[in-house]
Amino acid sequence: MTENEIATAETKKLTAKDFTSDQDVRWCPGCGDYSILAQVQRVLPTLGIPRENVVFVAGIGCSSRFPYYMNTYGFHGIHGRATAIASGIKVARPELSVWVATGDGDCLSIGGNHFVHLLRRNIDVNIILFNNRIYGLTKGQYSPTSEKGKITRSSPYGSIDNPVDPIQLALGSSGTFIARGIDRDPKQLQYVIERASGHKGTAFIEVYQNCNVFNDGAYAQYTDKEVKAEHVLTLEHGKPLIFGKNHDKGIRLNKFFRPEIVSLDQAGDEDIVVHDEKNKHLALVLAEMTDDPSLPTPFGVFYAVDKPTYEEEYVKQIEHAIETEGRGTLKDLLESGNTWEISDN
Amino acid sequence: METNTDTPPQVIEKTLEEVTVRFAGDSGDGMQLTGSQFTKTTALVGNDLETFPDYPAEIRAPAGTLFGVSGFQISFASHDVYTPGDRADVLVAMNPAALKVNLNMLRPGGIIIANSDGFDAKNLRLAGYETNPLEDGSLKGYEVYSIPITKLTTTALEKLPLSMKEIVRSKNFFALGLMYWLFNRPLEPSLEWIKKKFAKNPDLQEANSIALKAGYNYGDITHIFTTRYRVEPAKLPAGKYRNVTGNEAMALGIVASCELSGLPGFLGSYPITPASDILHELSRYRRFNFRTFQAEDEIAGISSAIGAAFAGSLAFTTTSGPGVALKQEAIGLAVMVELPLVIINVQRGGPSTGLPTKTEQADLFQAILGRNGEAPVVVMAAKTPGDCFHSVIDASRIAVKYMTPVLLLSDGYIANGSEPWLIPDPESLSKIPVEFAKNPETFKPYSRNKFNARPWAIPGTPGLEHRVGGLEKKHITGNVSYDPVNHEFMCRLRREKIEGVVEDIPDQEVHGPESGDVLIVGWGGTFGALRQATEYLIEEGKSVAHAHIKYLYPFPRNLGEILSRYKTILVPELNLGQLSVLLQAHYLTPVESYNKIQGLPFTTTEIREKVNKLLAGK
Repeated sequence: MTENEIATAETKKLTAKDFTSDQDVRWCPGCGDYSILAQVQRVLPTLGIPRENVVFVAGIGCSSRFPYYMNTYGFHGIHGRATAIASGIKVARPELSVWVATGDGDCLSIGGNHFVHLLRRNIDVNIILFNNRIYGLTKGQYSPTSEKGKITRSSPYGSIDNPVDPIQLALGSSGTFIARGIDRDPKQLQYVIERASGHKGTAFIEVYQNCNVFNDGAYAQYTDKEVKAEHVLTLEHGKPLIFGKNHDKGIRLNKFFRPEIVSLDQAGDEDIVVHDEKNKHLALVLAEMTDDPSLPTPFGVFYAVDKPTYEEEYVKQIEHAIETEGRGTLKDLLESGNTWEISDN
Repeated sequence: METNTDTPPQVIEKTLEEVTVRFAGDSGDGMQLTGSQFTKTTALVGNDLETFPDYPAEIRAPAGTLFGVSGFQISFASHDVYTPGDRADVLVAMNPAALKVNLNMLRPGGIIIANSDGFDAKNLRLAGYETNPLEDGSLKGYEVYSIPITKLTTTALEKLPLSMKEIVRSKNFFALGLMYWLFNRPLEPSLEWIKKKFAKNPDLQEANSIALKAGYNYGDITHIFTTRYRVEPAKLPAGKYRNVTGNEAMALGIVASCELSGLPGFLGSYPITPASDILHELSRYRRFNFRTFQAEDEIAGISSAIGAAFAGSLAFTTTSGPGVALKQEAIGLAVMVELPLVIINVQRGGPSTGLPTKTEQADLFQAILGRNGEAPVVVMAAKTPGDCFHSVIDASRIAVKYMTPVLLLSDGYIANGSEPWLIPDPESLSKIPVEFAKNPETFKPYSRNKFNARPWAIPGTPGLEHRVGGLEKKHITGNVSYDPVNHEFMCRLRREKIEGVVEDIPDQEVHGPESGDVLIVGWGGTFGALRQATEYLIEEGKSVAHAHIKYLYPFPRNLGEILSRYKTILVPELNLGQLSVLLQAHYLTPVESYNKIQGLPFTTTEIREKVNKLLAGK
C-alpha cells in the first residue's frame, strides 16, 4: 500500500466519536444546532480525509461555538470574519479541508461582505450557514433573514427591514455549489454535507435551524408531520419536481417562467420541470420559491457546477513563474533592478 | 563650496557638493516619472541622494490648477545625504501653477527653468497671476530661464507619425534631457529605460528618446546657460548598490523574511495610499512562492493573514492609518490566539481620510494604545527607505520568536522617498529560526517556552488538533475559560511576554556627545532631518545629540538612563506630541515637544532653529 492508501485505510476506521472534542456542548437543550453537529460528525469520518487535515472556522454567535466541539483543528474568530480567516487558511494550504460554521447574523449581516467575496472567488471552503432567522447569542433581536414585521426585543413595533434570501445572494455572488438543508431532516442534511465536501470550490449550505428559545417554530411548516409534505419540495438532479403527501403534485413553468403547481393527473410528464443542478436560471427560479405561501420551498442542491478554484489558479501561477523565471533566491531578489558597484578607492 | 575648472569659454563648469532640484508641473505632466528617471541616473553616477515625491490625491486634477500641481524633489551630493533638501537650488516649472505653488521652496537666487509655453493666458488665470511672472520682473531675485519647452519638443518630433497630444506629452523628457546637460549626467540609463518601457510602441519610444536628446542638445548649443554643474560621486561604503523607495525595501524585506525563515509568505491586503506599492511589488514575487491576497476590505486583509498564520505561513498585512483603525479588532484577535503576524502601517495625514498622499506620524497612539482590552503588541518604526528592509526582517523575527503580532510603522515620506541602498550580502542576514510543534504527547496549545511564547502547531500535524479563538484561554490547555483569576493571569502574562521582547532589542544608540545640553529624540521618518540638523549643530560647536528610537513598545532598556544625561530633551514629531506623552508617562521626565502637522516633513532648518532657540533660553 502507498502512504496515501494507508492513510485512507486508517481514516476509514474513524467514527463520529473521533470528531467529538472533550468540551461540553453548551447550546440550549432542544437547539437545532445539536442536529447539525451530529450530522457533520457522522459524515466526516466517511470522507476519507485525515482528521488532522480538517479545519473548522467560525465567527461569533451560537453557531460559531461549533469548532470547540469538533476534535479537528479549529479557529473561533471574530464577528463576521470566519469566511475571511478561512480564505487565508485555504489559500495558504490548499490541501486542507476547510469548513466554516456561521449564522445568519455572522454571515449575512456583519460578515456579508466577506461571504460574497469568498463565493465569487470560488475558494474551496465549505460554508454551513445556521439560519435561525434571529439573533440568539445577543438574546433575541431580529436578524437579516427575519421576516418583515417581526416583533423582537429590538423591534417592538415590528421589524421594517426586508430580509435577504441567502440562496439568492449566493447565486448572485457567483457561488458554484448552493444547497439547503434543515435540522430536523438528518438524512437529507447528511446528503448535502457530503455533496458540499465533494464539491471543488466554495460550497454553501443554508441550514434551516430552529432556535427554540427566541424563534421557536420558525420552520414548523417544513417539519410538522401533518403539513410538511405540502411545503417541502425535495430537489434531486435529473428527477421531476414532485411533492405532496401523495406525490401527486408537480412544478411547471408558465409562459412567464414563473413556477406554478400542477396536479400530476392533469399534467403531462413533459410539463413537470426536471431538476438540473447545472442550470442557473432554474436555480434562480427555485430560490424565488422560498417562503412563497403559494408554493413549496425547495430543499436539496439548487446549483452545482465545476469551475476552477482560486487556490488552484494561484498555484498554477506560482508553478508557471517558477518554471519560466526559476525559483527565486535571496541574492537575485536583492539584486533585481538597476545596480551599481562602488569600490573601496 | 565651488571650484572653477578648465572649461571652454562661455560655459563655465562649476563643481558643487550638494544640489537640490525640484520638478513641478501638472499631475498629468509626468513629473514623478521625470523625477524618478533623474534619480536613477543620479544614483548610477554615484551620488548619495534622497528624494521626496509630493503629489496631489487627485489622479488627474484639472490641468493648470494649483491643487493639481505634482512635485518631485531630489537632493544629491558628493557627501552623505540625509534629507531631500530644505529648499531647492533649481526649480523646473512646467506651468504657472507649478511656479506659484513651489516658489517658496526655492532658495533666494535659485534657478527657475520655466516652460514659457505653459504660461499662456488661461494657465496664468488658473494660477491666479494677473501678469506673466516670467515677464513682469517679479522673479528678479532668481535666475530665470524661460524656455519654450513645448514648442521645442513639437519641432523636434514633427516628423513622427504621432498625434499632437502624444508629441506634447514627451515634453517632460525634453526637460529631463536639459537637466542632464545642466548637471553633467549621462543619457544612456534613461534611453535604456525608454527602450524597454516603450518596446511595444516604437513611435513613442523614438519620440521620447528624441525629446530627451533634444533637451540635452539644447543646453549644449544654445548659450543661454553660462554655467554647467558637476557633482562628484559620494564616498559611500564599498559594495553593490541599488536605489530603493521605502515601499520597495519593505517588499524586499518581507520576501527576505520568508526566505530566511523557510516559511511560505502570505500578504493579505487592501489597496490604500500610500501603502499600495508594497502590495504591487509583492504581487510580482510568485517565483518566491509568495502569496498576495488582495482582499475585499481592510478587515479581510488582516483576517486572511491571521488564517494563513494559523496554517503556518509567515503572514503580513499592509495598510495606512484608516486601515489600521479597521484592523484593530483583528489585531486583538491575533494577540489572543498568539500567532505571528506583521502589520505594516504606512502612515499618512489623518484623521479620517485626511491627507492621503501626505506624510504624518500621528498613528503612534493608535499603534500602541489601540484595540479593546489589554492587548499589547510590539511596535517598531523604520527610519529611512533602506531601513524598511532591515526593520521588517526584525519584526518578522520577533513575531515568530514570541508568537505575537508586531506593528511596524512607516510613513508616506520614507515609503515614497528613495535613496541609494547598499545591498546586503544574503549570507550576512541571519536565519529566522522556526519550530513547529510535533509531539502529541507533550503538546499543550497554551503552554509556554522561556520567552513566554506558546507553541505553533499547524493543521496537518497528526495528534495536535486543537482550537484557538478570541475567547479568553485557560493557561496551558487553551480551553475557553471565564475564570476571573485566570483572566487576570493571562492579561499579565501577555503583557509580560511583550515586555520580555526587550531582551531582543539592542540598546538605544546616541549620535553625538554622551551628555550635554540638548538630546533630540525622534522616531520614524524624521530621521534624516534630525540627523542632518544634529550634525550641523555639532559642527557649530553646540552640545547637541540625537537618539532615534526604532523600538517604541517596549522601549529599549537604556532609554530612561540616556534621557537623564541631557539638560533638555527635544522631541520633534509630525503629530501633536505622541512620543512626548509616552516618554513622559514612562520615565516621568519633562520633555520639550516640537510639533508640525502640515503633511510635510521637517526641514533641517526648522530643527536647527528650534534647538538654537532652546539653547538661547527662548
